[in-house]
Amino acid sequence: MPNAAWRWLVIGAVSLLLAAPFVAFALNAFAIRWFFPQVWPQVWSLTAWERLFRPSTDVWAALGNSLQIAVGVTFLSLIIGFPAGRVLGLYPFGGKRLVEVLIVLPTLIPPIAFSLGMSVQFIRWGLSGNLFGVMLAHLVPVLPYVVLTLIGVFANYNTDYEAAARSLGANGWAVWVYITLPLLWPGVMTAALFAFLISWSQYLLTFLIGQGQVITLPVLLFSAMTGNNLATIAALALIFVLPAALIVALTARGFQAAAAPLPMR
Amino acid sequence: MTHIQLEHLTKTYPNTPIPAVDNLSLQVNDGEFVSLLGPSGGGKTTTLRMLAGLIAPDRGTIRFDGQNVTDVAAQDRGVAMVFQNHALFPHMTVAENIAFGLKMRRVDKATRERRVAEMMQLVRLPQLATRRPSELSGGQQQRVALARSLVTNPTVLLLDEPLSSLDAHLRSEMRQLILTVQQELKITTVMVTHDQHDAVIMSDRIALMFDGKLQQIAAPQDFYSRPSNEKVARFFGGINFIPCEPLEADRLKSPFGVLRHRLRYLTMPYGTLTIRPEHVTLAQDLAAPAAENTVAATITNAAYEGAFARYWVQAADVTLELVRRVESDGMLAAGTAVEIHLPPEHLWVMAAGVG
Repeated sequence: MPNAAWRWLVIGAVSLLLAAPFVAFALNAFAIRWFFPQVWPQVWSLTAWERLFRPSTDVWAALGNSLQIAVGVTFLSLIIGFPAGRVLGLYPFGGKRLVEVLIVLPTLIPPIAFSLGMSVQFIRWGLSGNLFGVMLAHLVPVLPYVVLTLIGVFANYNTDYEAAARSLGANGWAVWVYITLPLLWPGVMTAALFAFLISWSQYLLTFLIGQGQVITLPVLLFSAMTGNNLATIAALALIFVLPAALIVALTARGFQAAAAPLPMR
Repeated sequence: MTHIQLEHLTKTYPNTPIPAVDNLSLQVNDGEFVSLLGPSGGGKTTTLRMLAGLIAPDRGTIRFDGQNVTDVAAQDRGVAMVFQNHALFPHMTVAENIAFGLKMRRVDKATRERRVAEMMQLVRLPQLATRRPSELSGGQQQRVALARSLVTNPTVLLLDEPLSSLDAHLRSEMRQLILTVQQELKITTVMVTHDQHDAVIMSDRIALMFDGKLQQIAAPQDFYSRPSNEKVARFFGGINFIPCEPLEADRLKSPFGVLRHRLRYLTMPYGTLTIRPEHVTLAQDLAAPAAENTVAATITNAAYEGAFARYWVQAADVTLELVRRVESDGMLAAGTAVEIHLPPEHLWVMAAGVG
């Protein structure tokens, strides 16, 4: 077989593997009484969707909470991650290795190991059961990815652009607006995307720190899964996946730009 | 038109044992072109960045026309800088790059456009206003960087290795352009370079720096004929170094016996005599026999270099190098006994090692 044919075969197989679960979700969400060995659902219905969007359900509130938390976590993580990435990406200093290891540490420790202790402490501080507490908790798994991404961004960044702008009369604010931000925008978008998606899919930390009072989409999904209604679970899963997919699609261009190195070292 | 004065400028970077710039004092006159020359790591770029206000000195003062500007921020200093690798903003067009300084000064759009056109003409840039820097050749990028730095009518122009990224052919063209523009605008200019050739061709004066310390500041030809110490002489291709000891008046004690010199006074410390290879003469080539400063020697090695020949001669345990026109008698063979003459007017006495 020629090379091109192989390539398309592999692309096709991978796409199928990735798409299959979503196709299954989509079918399930609109089917009722779809049993083995039927290859295709026999009865189509919107019952699951009607049930989910009934005013009495938590779906809208959960969607709102998820969005608020994810957006809040994204901003908080960028505010912390940007200066951290700048210092770690640009400047050598004693103990830098240690700091970098400490930053990666949360990705190595499973959340269950620290979330119970964290939960106890957050109750003491009054941070349990509210959105802000949940945001803070989400920062633990989010920050390593944001900081590491921004370290990479700054490692490829030349501060001479800023020096040139300053010597041309730009003050600190103008340097930031006209030079730093536009040049680093793709990298910042990538970091923001990581932050949003990691926060969006967080279950355990939301559940423990939220104390059952902060209902997000993953929390709702888990409780639905203890029920037995496949159509509801599938519909909820779609609602959960869709905003994330949408954001990835909209920022895909930024992703590509971030992958390309800056023109000058 | 600005007169620059650096007084005892010192800068030590964190976690480094020795200062990057060590007690540097020098002056650059109105409209003068001065090069900071030296091997990399010599503190040249640090000095330039302190002049630009991008690095604060630990100690010392920077004065422009007598006014202390040491604590004036880079954006308020009115100093233009052309960076190594140009640092053109990649997300802006050529015109936007050049106009940036004017935009920061809130100059209106019509004036900005007129000035950009003027600047592009000044640096002889063709119609590239809407291109991105990445679409330009190295020479064109260099011109844009120069135009961008000059658009605001700065009082001082700083150039950081402006020619290092260009190939040989473009190099001489850019050298000429920078000089033309500099003379046209009569702007006080400081250039950092590690290239002796560029510094000699372009500068009114050269400031040679080793390890953060100023070794000598002088006109280019002085580095060949009157180096301040042996290391400076070696940097400029000096070869013949002879230990010596000054005696009374115009006499020196050397391994060749007593030599006469024409130096009016010798500044302390001294101890090394030098003479450039082209000034060492064979006695047989002199029109009239020399009464003094002649030494018996033996040719140890000879190299044919076309119109000239290079000879290594040994005299009193010292090896000297000399350059001689290839005459009708052809090349002199190794082993030939000769008499060499060291003309008093070409002898230079300086500090041994680094002063």
